[in-house]
Amino acid sequence: MILIAVKIAILCMSIAILGLIYRLIKGPSMPDRVVALDAIGINLVAIVALVSIFLDTNAFLEVILLLGILSFIGTVAFSKYLEKGVALERDRDL
Amino acid sequence: MIEIFKIIIVALILIGAFLSLVAAFGVIRLPDVYTRNHAASKAATLGVLAVLLGTFLYFYMKEGQVNSRVILGIVFIFVTSPVAGHLISRAAYNSGVKLWDKSVQDDLKLKEATQAKKGK
Repeated sequence: MILIAVKIAILCMSIAILGLIYRLIKGPSMPDRVVALDAIGINLVAIVALVSIFLDTNAFLEVILLLGILSFIGTVAFSKYLEKGVALERDRDL
Repeated sequence: MIEIFKIIIVALILIGAFLSLVAAFGVIRLPDVYTRNHAASKAATLGVLAVLLGTFLYFYMKEGQVNSRVILGIVFIFVTSPVAGHLISRAAYNSGVKLWDKSVQDDLKLKEATQAKKGK
């Protein structure tokens, strides 16, 4: 029962990622693409969790935390770049 | 006991997958950046949290011990995903992306106008 539900859920997540890739290609402005990439990162976390249930191993559970952290840092860097033009600001007295 | 655990796990996983699918359709179909961000940063977060909670319950049922990495992942995603949505939305507003042309109210523009008037 769990395996059938996991297969259905992986199918739904794959369709969701395909829709987000459509928005990533077509999106008219730059923040649209960043929103789509952030949602793709979040959905990849769920796919890793589902695959680790499907393979019945707990070796991939660090990847969940790692993908969450990387997705957040990438989104913050992109939004700072879009807002101010630089990702890391220079010190004032240099 | 085990059957109840299995039913709860299956329900959580299916609800999470359905919510992520709904979030993706929202990102495709809604008209401007802010509404798309609204769909992506709420529905996708709740869907992923449900899937991760199902995963945590599965490994708790299988091994009988609490797996702290999944709990850390749940808490981290729950804290950071709305913050990331807020940052993208503010960057979009400040870099001049227009609202949908049928939207009727722009509170931030109104507030900036009143602050400029008060400062003068």
